[in-house]
Amino acid sequence: MTQSVIVQVGQCGNQVGCRFWDLALREHAHVNKKGQYDEALSSFFRNCTSGALLTYLHPQAVLIDMEEGVVNGILQGALREVFDSAQFLTDVSGSGNNWAVGNLTYGSAYKELIVDKLRKAAEHCDCLQCFFLIHSMGGGTGSGLGTRVLSLLEEEFPDVCRIVTAMYPSAEDDVITSPYNSVLAMRELTEHADCVLPVENQSLVNIVNKISLMSHGTKPGSVLRKDSAVTSGQGSLSPTEKPFDAMNNIVANLLLNITSSARFEGSLNMDLNEIAMNLVPFPRLHYLVPSLTPLYTLADVNIPTRRLDQMFSDAFSKDHQLIQADPKHSLYLACALMVRGNVQVSDLRFASPTPTDPKMTSTFLLSNNTPIQQSFMTLRSFNIFLLLSFQAHLHHYLHVDGMDQSIFSESLSSLNALIDEYHHLDATKARLLPDAPRLSIAR
Amino acid sequence: MSVVTVQLGQCGNQVGQQLCDVMWSDAQHAEGKTYSSVSCERFFRRTSQGDFEARAVLIDMEPKVIKHSMNKAEKCGRWRYGETSHFSQKQGSGNNWANGYSVHGPRHRDALEELVRREVEHCDMLAGFLPVMSVAGGTGSGVGTFVTQCLRDAYPSSFVLNHLTWPYGTGEVIVQNYNSVLTLAHLYQLSDAILVHENDTVHRICSQLLKIKQISFNDINRVIAHQLGGVLQPTLTPDSCGTYSRHPVGIDWQVRPPPASAGRTGSLAAGSFNTSLANLLILRGKDVYSAETGAFEDSAIYTSWLPPEEAFSLWKSPVPFNKYEKSATLVSNSQALLRPLDDMVRKAWNMFASRAYIHQYDKFGISEEDFLDSFTSLEQVIASYSQL
Repeated sequence: MTQSVIVQVGQCGNQVGCRFWDLALREHAHVNKKGQYDEALSSFFRNCTSGALLTYLHPQAVLIDMEEGVVNGILQGALREVFDSAQFLTDVSGSGNNWAVGNLTYGSAYKELIVDKLRKAAEHCDCLQCFFLIHSMGGGTGSGLGTRVLSLLEEEFPDVCRIVTAMYPSAEDDVITSPYNSVLAMRELTEHADCVLPVENQSLVNIVNKISLMSHGTKPGSVLRKDSAVTSGQGSLSPTEKPFDAMNNIVANLLLNITSSARFEGSLNMDLNEIAMNLVPFPRLHYLVPSLTPLYTLADVNIPTRRLDQMFSDAFSKDHQLIQADPKHSLYLACALMVRGNVQVSDLRFASPTPTDPKMTSTFLLSNNTPIQQSFMTLRSFNIFLLLSFQAHLHHYLHVDGMDQSIFSESLSSLNALIDEYHHLDATKARLLPDAPRLSIAR
Repeated sequence: MSVVTVQLGQCGNQVGQQLCDVMWSDAQHAEGKTYSSVSCERFFRRTSQGDFEARAVLIDMEPKVIKHSMNKAEKCGRWRYGETSHFSQKQGSGNNWANGYSVHGPRHRDALEELVRREVEHCDMLAGFLPVMSVAGGTGSGVGTFVTQCLRDAYPSSFVLNHLTWPYGTGEVIVQNYNSVLTLAHLYQLSDAILVHENDTVHRICSQLLKIKQISFNDINRVIAHQLGGVLQPTLTPDSCGTYSRHPVGIDWQVRPPPASAGRTGSLAAGSFNTSLANLLILRGKDVYSAETGAFEDSAIYTSWLPPEEAFSLWKSPVPFNKYEKSATLVSNSQALLRPLDDMVRKAWNMFASRAYIHQYDKFGISEEDFLDSFTSLEQVIASYSQL
């Protein structure tokens, strides 16, 4: 069994990360009734007892933030006993929503300490397969220091897969420099990550609203089954949910799903390094659009059980995606469908509907498809607009030691090149390509 | 004479376990005592405590499936795998043939060879090896090819009969066609014979003939094991003089095509029968001695430069197989696989045209050149079969 380490950076990264640990513990508790440390647990948790019964489960995680608010919350919250203080790296003043401060200032100041903590986490692993990095793109710490951590991971552990869950800002983001931070971070992701799962706040908001509508709906009998929504904290200990909890739960569910095959047994297992292998045809085109179904399960027994083919079509629709990129009329470079629950391999072949217990089945789709360029293009256009109109904000970046204008232009070029690569592939789909002429053998 | 089964990768270990089970049931319930003991000797050995252990080694780059197969065998209580007859690592091959062939294989060469050697030492007389693997993934295909090469080098006078499972055409793994092309091109040079089962075909058997509603991989593997059992269990061959043939698969396909096959441009869509190079029909059970098999010697189904008497072999065993009153198995070296092979090469070639995923192989040492060599090799095979 291989192990993975989660590295959560910044306010958003740590909030999502903690939702993940909370849900993972509940999921394992549900499956592992005896409370014994088993292989499934070992993929993300370290056992810190001497006996067979676990009394201390340590998540394999490194938590980094340049201000103390969120981390203090964790240390006082429900998960306080689960983490070891050595896993934390904090500072007090924050990065001021400035990628350069996060990446260059703190990046240099804390480089040795970060590498040290990463090494310690890796040493506890028998066979380390993957680093999961969680951070937002729009701020300063997650975006700047997060991407610095990414490049350190590549330097120190080149053979270990790096999967990044990156939260992209929506158009109405309240941080005015978020497009700058995002573009600067994008370049790092394109160059140093093996796979990126981009998640857009706007999509998360849409999904939360959709579920909310459903649960407060006026349709008689259409009641949501308790704790079945992807947004539910499954009875988390805090009585009132904080504002971003529902959205963070979706992302946490995403991570739970992507790692489930590595943690539990299945008839056709998919390893994490197989995800990278199958979904990344060209090294830079490693942005995978995630999509989850079902979003919720209806408790009403009169409504017919959801059919598998319905779930599959939902998975491919834009309402279930975690990023705003219309998959219709798009070119799919590759996609992977992961199904959890009471399904047989044969169900996946035929179009005939196989009724299935909705509480037992969920589908998770990762698509490497060309509409992602739309998101990147939005990012690019907004950024250019800012550069022209708000030159004033630039100097906050240029003041930072090690930062200069060329880094901006290089990041923009990288983004342009990436959009072009997707665009180029898109152009080919319009014409039906004939088979490539085969090698002819002398007879 | 004994056969050592080498189970490689997820599929290989799952199919292998079912195969051992089928062999065991058949041997134990067979009516003939000689048949029973020949079959047992071929695939199993007795420990000092009197238990039956399979003459098999289990190889995978991740531990889950081996553990499962070993437990399954243990649970049935009738036979089991040797406790130390397995080798696994923690991290798989990631569906990457290059990772299996160029990294895992060489890295663990000594351990793997030692594992096989220990099993071979238990054999009084070794007939040969049966590597069981899939072609779509990374370990079965990549490590499987590497291990086949090692077997070839270390035991030059033993036969190597590879059993391959071809994936569903619609794909379980995106890079399956690359992995398949690389495997087949290499095995072609190494293997004595390659027995193929295609998931699509077996799936059809399950749904149309066996009428199974929800087909699982377990069902597929059981059918494969059953068919393989029908081939490998003891039989009386024309030259074995009334005793069970010592060579389980004494297929002597030392066929050489005529030097100049000019003027015969084969077409893939020709005729109602696929042209055969050779056919082996195995009959088991009741009335085997009186069965009418003349149709199999019709020259129309064979290529023009082989007389049917040389191309057709008939083996018999009066002992029923797996409690079937009568059963027949046909092993055919013909154009039947031409279309699936051509499809596989075509899809792989189309993907290669855009160089998609090549960087994933390159980083483990398999370059574009290696791909081109493999494609050339398979086009040659396709051309040769087309011209039958």
